[in-house]
Amino acid sequence: MSSLFPLGWEHYLAGGLLLGVGMSLLFVSTGLIGGMSTVFSTVWSFFSSAPYFQQERFVSTRNWRLIYAAGIILGALLWLILLGQPFVTEVPYWRLAAGGFIAGFGARLSNGCTAGHGICGMASLQPASILAVFTFLATAMATAHLVKAFL
Amino acid sequence: MSYRQAAFVLASGILFGFGLALSTMVQPEVVLSFLAWKDMGLLLVLGGAVVVTFAAYHLAPRVMRKPIAGEAFGRHPSEMAVRTLAGAAIFGVGWGLCGVCPGPAIAGLGVGNYPMLVALAGLILGAYAQGRWASHQFNQPQMNTDEHR
Repeated sequence: MSSLFPLGWEHYLAGGLLLGVGMSLLFVSTGLIGGMSTVFSTVWSFFSSAPYFQQERFVSTRNWRLIYAAGIILGALLWLILLGQPFVTEVPYWRLAAGGFIAGFGARLSNGCTAGHGICGMASLQPASILAVFTFLATAMATAHLVKAFL
Repeated sequence: MSYRQAAFVLASGILFGFGLALSTMVQPEVVLSFLAWKDMGLLLVLGGAVVVTFAAYHLAPRVMRKPIAGEAFGRHPSEMAVRTLAGAAIFGVGWGLCGVCPGPAIAGLGVGNYPMLVALAGLILGAYAQGRWASHQFNQPQMNTDEHR
């Protein structure tokens, strides 16, 4: 076990279950599906008149998605206050910027990310989402190995 | 959206954000260590989240007529299409480069991980580029793959 989980496993499982509880509360209370990457398209519906951003599915969901995002920041802050310590990544800025841009483009093209396809799509057993998860895990692992070897 | 619904959405977000911080997904180093096969923790995170969400998605519509503060249980069908998988492949390259996906980019701000702002800016700009690119196809209906497949 210790070789599979050098940092321990309890916090991973507890955190994962909590992600599920949050996603479940959203569904049981409001009927909404809590994908995450869509918020990045819906924020543009406030600023851009481009037809893609003005689609009904973005304009009609942009408010709750912003509230959801605000909750996520508050939840992480709550963890910091109750249990944790501040954490600052040492991944170089250029990788955060370039990786973020590529991930943002891809997630929106795919209409889902690790939350939308990974949690919501797999939890509703959607073949396209399950295939998407295996696809992004494969390319992400390949990229991470290459980065480790050459950077 | 009513205040009651907004409160539920906020509470759900708080749980989700707390979970992302607790599971250390707000640390790109941990995510990259999973992707490099050094630590399998992310599988427990994803597995735990999927099992609980699966139960809710399948049980709630059977035992409840409608959501507590909503009109109907939503569905979000994923499209079996080239763009879904091509987008996923591109997403993975970005994720593997920086170790940040959308949820943690947002939650990272709550734990004081300020460099996540750079990743967040990247994600938002990437979403903009995709939307502008897709808008171009909106203006040329003959190229709209949704209608002419």
